[in-house]
Amino acid sequence: MKTVLIALALAVVATPALAAEPVKDSAAVAPVIAADDSLYREFGGHDGLVRLVDDFMLILLDDPRTRDFFVAAKQDHIKTMLVEQFCVVLNGGCTYTGKGMKESHAQLGIDRASFNALVEDLQKAMDKNDIPFHAQNKLLAALAPQHRDIVTN
Amino acid sequence: MKPLIRLMGLMAAFMPVVSAAHAESVFDYTSGKLLLTGGVNTVEGTAGGGLTPWAVIGSYGEQGQFGANVYATDINTTDYDIRSYGGLVGLDDRLEISWSHQDFDTEAVGAALGLGYGYTIGQDVLGVKVKVLGDAVLEQDTWLPQVAVGIQFKKNQNGALVKALGARDDEGTDYYVSATKLFLAKGLLVNGTIRATKANQFGILGFGGIDDDYHYQFEGSAAYLLTRKLAIGAEVRTKPDNLAVAKEDAAFDVFVAYAPVKHISVTLAYADLGNIVTRRQTGLYASLQVGF
Repeated sequence: MKTVLIALALAVVATPALAAEPVKDSAAVAPVIAADDSLYREFGGHDGLVRLVDDFMLILLDDPRTRDFFVAAKQDHIKTMLVEQFCVVLNGGCTYTGKGMKESHAQLGIDRASFNALVEDLQKAMDKNDIPFHAQNKLLAALAPQHRDIVTN
Repeated sequence: MKPLIRLMGLMAAFMPVVSAAHAESVFDYTSGKLLLTGGVNTVEGTAGGGLTPWAVIGSYGEQGQFGANVYATDINTTDYDIRSYGGLVGLDDRLEISWSHQDFDTEAVGAALGLGYGYTIGQDVLGVKVKVLGDAVLEQDTWLPQVAVGIQFKKNQNGALVKALGARDDEGTDYYVSATKLFLAKGLLVNGTIRATKANQFGILGFGGIDDDYHYQFEGSAAYLLTRKLAIGAEVRTKPDNLAVAKEDAAFDVFVAYAPVKHISVTLAYADLGNIVTRRQTGLYASLQVGF
């Protein structure tokens, strides 16, 4: 009984140290998730990604949880960067030319709930573009670790 | 039971208001987690699968938010009807506090044992769970799971009976550690739990028996996401076998969980609870959860 309680207390005390994030700025892209471009083709290649990101931005601007982060931003630039980033992740043979995730999100004060809201909006956009569920999850799994650089609040 | 159903109705009616709420309201601080990532309510109230706790914090309250839910579950087995209801609150995606009541209706077995038809054993469970490290959902480039530790304080309401059956106590405390990981690219969620317990049949038959020691039990579950709203899976939960009067086995289930929106989920399962006093108990598990 006593040992369990001590272990519990220790675990709680140790949490902040264990949860500390690495301080590097990921270059906006997680490791490539497919050896070939099959996943890129499931997303419809370059044209498919442009359509997806156009829908994504409209949904983000329509969502009260995310609108404020995008309404006054350079939307066309963000869309171009998202297409590049998704293309790199999906092994579509692109180069990402934008800033690191940490740098580009440092001043935004994004919390976990807002990050998840964006994930839900991306899911909506992918649904609208008939991207298969398993392909959606592969893209999301590759992007999810970016929360370490994006979520600052 | 009835007040709970009324409460669930009230919460369900309230939900559209939550979604439609605008900035600067209290509802900005709710429902920030992704669908189904808070698990469902186990038969003991704690968030997890149907029978085993997960390391996730229940409800849809994200970091900096809060959430709550209520649930009702029925497991209709070969000889018994097990009803469970309760609820939980989740704070800051860090702390979960749950309460649960179980009614174990002995139906015809009660009559055969001279207790009367439908003799019902009751139990209350107060649960506390703390997330200690990791993130089951977003840390997709590491193998590190989310880990949580928890306590369940259990009080059986039929002490005289369970002691007559050989239990040493009518109350007991379970301690557990759970590790949960979502492998999103594969759509697979895996959980493992180690529990230290003296409970016989979840505590329905009291605590302690042949010995009065803690027994270390393994519990595991795996769930596969068919869609964002629909998961199928299976669970196993080993239990001590510490009463001389009747053998106790591991419990298993296969389940389907469906969450059309964040405020409602339905779980259906086929459960095999192993031998409970008379014989092997199998049957349908049905659970409804309402919350935010």
